[in-house]
Amino acid sequence: MTIQDTTKQALSELFAGAAGDTREADSDAAPAPAGDEQETAIRQPGISEQSYARRGFHLDVLITAEQLVRAAEILFALGYYLESITGVDWIKEDRLEAVYDFSRYDFDLCRVVIRIFAPRLDPHLPTITGIYTGASWHERETHDFFGIVFDGHPHLIPLLLPEDADFHPLLKDFKA
Amino acid sequence: MNEPIDLQKDETFVLNVGPQHPATHGVLRVKMTMDGEYIYNSETVLGYIHRMHEKMAENRTYPQFMPNMGRLDYLSAMAFNHGYALLIERAAAIEVPERAEYIRVITVELNRISSHLVWLGAFVLDLGGFTPLMYCFDDRERILDLLESVTGSRLTYCYFRFGGLYNDIDDAFIAGTQSFIKHMRKELKMYAKLVTGNIILMKRLKGHGAVDQNMCQRYGATGPVARGSGINYDVRRNEPYSVYPDLDFEVPVYHDGDSYARYLVRMDEMEQSLRIVEQALEKLPDGPVNPEKKPKIIKPPPGDYYAAVETARGNFGIRLVSDGTKNAYRLKLRSPTYSNMHLFDEACRGMLLADALAFMGSLDLVIPEMDR
Repeated sequence: MTIQDTTKQALSELFAGAAGDTREADSDAAPAPAGDEQETAIRQPGISEQSYARRGFHLDVLITAEQLVRAAEILFALGYYLESITGVDWIKEDRLEAVYDFSRYDFDLCRVVIRIFAPRLDPHLPTITGIYTGASWHERETHDFFGIVFDGHPHLIPLLLPEDADFHPLLKDFKA
Repeated sequence: MNEPIDLQKDETFVLNVGPQHPATHGVLRVKMTMDGEYIYNSETVLGYIHRMHEKMAENRTYPQFMPNMGRLDYLSAMAFNHGYALLIERAAAIEVPERAEYIRVITVELNRISSHLVWLGAFVLDLGGFTPLMYCFDDRERILDLLESVTGSRLTYCYFRFGGLYNDIDDAFIAGTQSFIKHMRKELKMYAKLVTGNIILMKRLKGHGAVDQNMCQRYGATGPVARGSGINYDVRRNEPYSVYPDLDFEVPVYHDGDSYARYLVRMDEMEQSLRIVEQALEKLPDGPVNPEKKPKIIKPPPGDYYAAVETARGNFGIRLVSDGTKNAYRLKLRSPTYSNMHLFDEACRGMLLADALAFMGSLDLVIPEMDR
């Protein structure tokens, strides 16, 4: 079994309640779900396999905020390391997206992308610093740029912005 | 050796290292809570050279953003060029001619050597040895001259184009590079005699600054920091791109996880980079360096794209969210030093201040890349 299948199987635990959510995307024909407005609007939580050659990652996982910590635990146990956390402001749909990139140290190449949507007004996500200590700076940065509050973060103060910053420059309605 | 003697929290004081401290090699500030000479706790403060490249990416067209890549990591700008070019080529499905791929590898590896030479000189300088810096900068100068002759700039390269290169290399560059390889092999032997076996250097580095594999995984450390801790991870190998699979080279891995292991990884890497350049020059095919067909205006189809390359400091990842227009909807830059530096706060606890500064040097920090 390849690591991609192992990971997929391990992550499908998150969606055990709702059968049929785990679907395979025909990645050569269909565009990736995220980014395309109509697709994102109807996308349900679940795992979709992507073409590495076209996208640069293998598994695209959409989850809800409650599942995040469990997902991070699963990936940590499988030997994944956290590459980065970032956000995307989908202002037209009035929501923010948080994107977590995971990769591996060994030669079983598999990149996993975890996505979570949060409302634009007062977005809250749980922290994963308890599992990936290095998430601390990434979460602080995402808080700087998008205003996403990571509940339970031990030290959520501005990282790259000035210490008295009360603005979030990567929001699309930010005016300098 | 690193064990502190009975740390008492109520007898501590705060020491500011930076933002203008020579040992941080840039504007980095580390707030250290000290108990005498021992570090009780430390907190890194970033952002002194934050320029918000990610916002700039949203306001510029794709080709206009290429020069920004040279401003991220001024020591290995070529690899950052490569990462961005790979991403856009993947997103917009642009083919790269083989000759261009080989020239890319040659320039990236030359740049990697020059980056490691700066690190070596500055690192040994931090430890109190002034002489190697002079030799290192002399050798680096030769690389800069070579790269200047082909790219037009000495430091902040903007040499790659989507699908190809700014211009082709000439015979003078090839001859110059070949003579440089010969010269550099001799110099590396000299460095081994001058620096590597030095007893003072060993005493300062061996057994200090321990970073284990678990810590690497928790922080996402990559590059020589991970390879110094026994993790055989190199994006060139683990996630092959360009023509690296056709070239024969080794990925040096050391298992001690101390500052000396990271030092040895970089020293070996210079040798391997020379091997790569040598082979690439031999195999260099004829042909164009730019594709015949290339879209005039780059508009990647909507969606997410990711690309990663191995820079001199580790895994540089770059994520694009495209909405199908000529500007990026969102561009995320994942820089290697950012994660490598993050583990400093945890790893330096209980160390002597002087050892911690040697440890910091062994992480090979480039602050503009960290702050972006």
